[in-house]
Amino acid sequence: MAAKEEMVAARLAGLTAGPGLSGPRAAARARLAAMGLPGRRDEYWRWTDPAALNAVTPAPATAAAEDEAPLFDALDRLKIVFVDGVFDAAASDDLALSGVEIARIADKIPGWAEALYGTLEAAGQDPVKRPFAALNTAQATDGVLIRVTAAAAKPINLIYVHKSELSDPILHHLVQLEPGAELTLLETGPAGARFNKVMEVDLAAGARFHHIRAQGPDSERRAVTHVFARVAEKALFKSFTVTVNGALTRNEAVIDIIGNDAVAHVAGAALGDGATGAFLHDDTVFVTHAGLRCESRQVFKKVLKHGAIGTFQGKILVKPGAQKTDGYQISQSLLLDDDSQFLAKPELEIYADDVKCSHGSTTGAIDETALFYLRSRGVPEEEAKGLLVLSFLADAIDEIEDAGLKEEIVARLETWLSRHRD
Amino acid sequence: MLEINNLHVKLEEGEKVILKGMNLTVETGKVHAIMGPNGSGKSTMSYVLAGRPGYTVTAGSAKLQGQELLDMEPEARASAGLFLAFQYPVEIPGVGNMTFLRTALNAQRKARGDDELSAGEFLKLVRDKAKSLKIDAEMLKRPVNVGFSGGEKKRNEILQMAMLEPKMCILDETDSGLDVDAMRLVSEGVNALRSEGRSFLVITHYQRLLDHIQPDVVHIMADGRILHTGGPDLALEVEKNGYAEILAAHGLTEAK
Repeated sequence: MAAKEEMVAARLAGLTAGPGLSGPRAAARARLAAMGLPGRRDEYWRWTDPAALNAVTPAPATAAAEDEAPLFDALDRLKIVFVDGVFDAAASDDLALSGVEIARIADKIPGWAEALYGTLEAAGQDPVKRPFAALNTAQATDGVLIRVTAAAAKPINLIYVHKSELSDPILHHLVQLEPGAELTLLETGPAGARFNKVMEVDLAAGARFHHIRAQGPDSERRAVTHVFARVAEKALFKSFTVTVNGALTRNEAVIDIIGNDAVAHVAGAALGDGATGAFLHDDTVFVTHAGLRCESRQVFKKVLKHGAIGTFQGKILVKPGAQKTDGYQISQSLLLDDDSQFLAKPELEIYADDVKCSHGSTTGAIDETALFYLRSRGVPEEEAKGLLVLSFLADAIDEIEDAGLKEEIVARLETWLSRHRD
Repeated sequence: MLEINNLHVKLEEGEKVILKGMNLTVETGKVHAIMGPNGSGKSTMSYVLAGRPGYTVTAGSAKLQGQELLDMEPEARASAGLFLAFQYPVEIPGVGNMTFLRTALNAQRKARGDDELSAGEFLKLVRDKAKSLKIDAEMLKRPVNVGFSGGEKKRNEILQMAMLEPKMCILDETDSGLDVDAMRLVSEGVNALRSEGRSFLVITHYQRLLDHIQPDVVHIMADGRILHTGGPDLALEVEKNGYAEILAAHGLTEAK
């Protein structure tokens, strides 16, 4: 026991928490002390070694050359820029947007944020422990506090720039949508050598939240991220993440559907090439249905080559009384060679008798017949493989509703594929 | 245009020999038909010419305008002017038909040293070709062959042919799975592409396709080679009497 507490104390010793929120920070510190840091023996960390996340200092990570135009550059959006976790006022837009109140932890914390901070994270610690989320709540230096009261006039883009080789940012964002409010939130960039991010999303009745995130392209970076969402009656939660490269990425999504007739979709597409650096991508998802007639979808796809590793741990929990639940989960990998590895643990736990829940997981290679078909039309082999990779990812990418955003994500994937031909 | 000489092919895995000394010459601008019983090697021949993996050529050659096809990658054969319309066109979810056509066309142009078509030029071309084949614009927007009916899939093959403008077109049982109207549509598409500089090799089980696409020469294939060659009347003869007589003349039985 003492060793566990010492490990936590050592891990926290070098960190300086941001201002305010002393109550929830102390509570999170206590949660972390009680659960300790994770190890390979923990059920939820069997496939992803947390050592690099437990280490007191991050391993150095070089920032990738900026040889592509910034994502969503042409889009009319409100930019909020962090460089290695530090707010960059000069690069950011004014934090003023019609239908939205925006603040920052390091600047001024409004009452609603005081009340929400850490509550969804704390609720999401049961039944699965998420120590890095508690660590984040305790130590976050900054974060954006977004309260949406109507339909936001334009998307908000959190831009994470990575410059320092040893940066270790910890950011904690809050997003609260009032009844009927709407927001599209974009997150782009690698953020730092080791990034710990939590986002708590609280959706009131009828709110609509679209989240699109692009992680990468730094090869050596590590990241552990959590999205905790609470979805009320008739609300819509949609989150899509595209990840390219990264020595370690652990993305957790914990979604609580508490109201009736709500919809929650979480999807991801991850591409890794071990030839350009170690790649381990881990999606860990937990969706809880407590309302009537709610729909949830988990769609996760991974494209792996040259020793890249992908893991998926996804669960649908249907609580007693959550009748007419429609839960769907699919996790698939496309292995482009024999060296790569995909591990999946799909779980369903159902306590209602009138529900429709399905899950599936597949691992496969490029379809040789389709490849020949494309080549027989004159498409060179590597280009044809690229098209088939996009074909494989299509179900996940289709979770992005906005056609323009989808197009940009696809273009990004095409660039990655063209740079990672054998 | 196409010259196949003494072609011997076996499956890559195992010892099964499929083509046993195939000889065939298709002249420029001509339409040849190949008929033959199941298992005669017709589809294998078309795959081998197009370069599908899984087969080993043990002897012989196949030349397109004097160029040895068998040494080339499938994509190079396509750029050289070979086109195989598949018996079972492949569905590719998530890849739009337009993207597919544009990628293929520009890849071929690039391989031949021509400029790639701009988005606008391509769009105009594909719309014109689709219209002439009575292909719905909506079909162009859908993912390649996904949810297409049998007839739509075959029409899509012909659209690809029209866009890529190959010199040597092989139609592998293009009539399979088509109703009478769909067959007429597909045949009209093919006939519209007939020209002095373009040759066709039409593989079919049935005479009825040859009512629509009238061949100059008809071959009967069995046991991995061409047994018999004749004019258009040969197809009618086979339709009436079956293959038994021709097979027997070569010491083969229908059961084989």
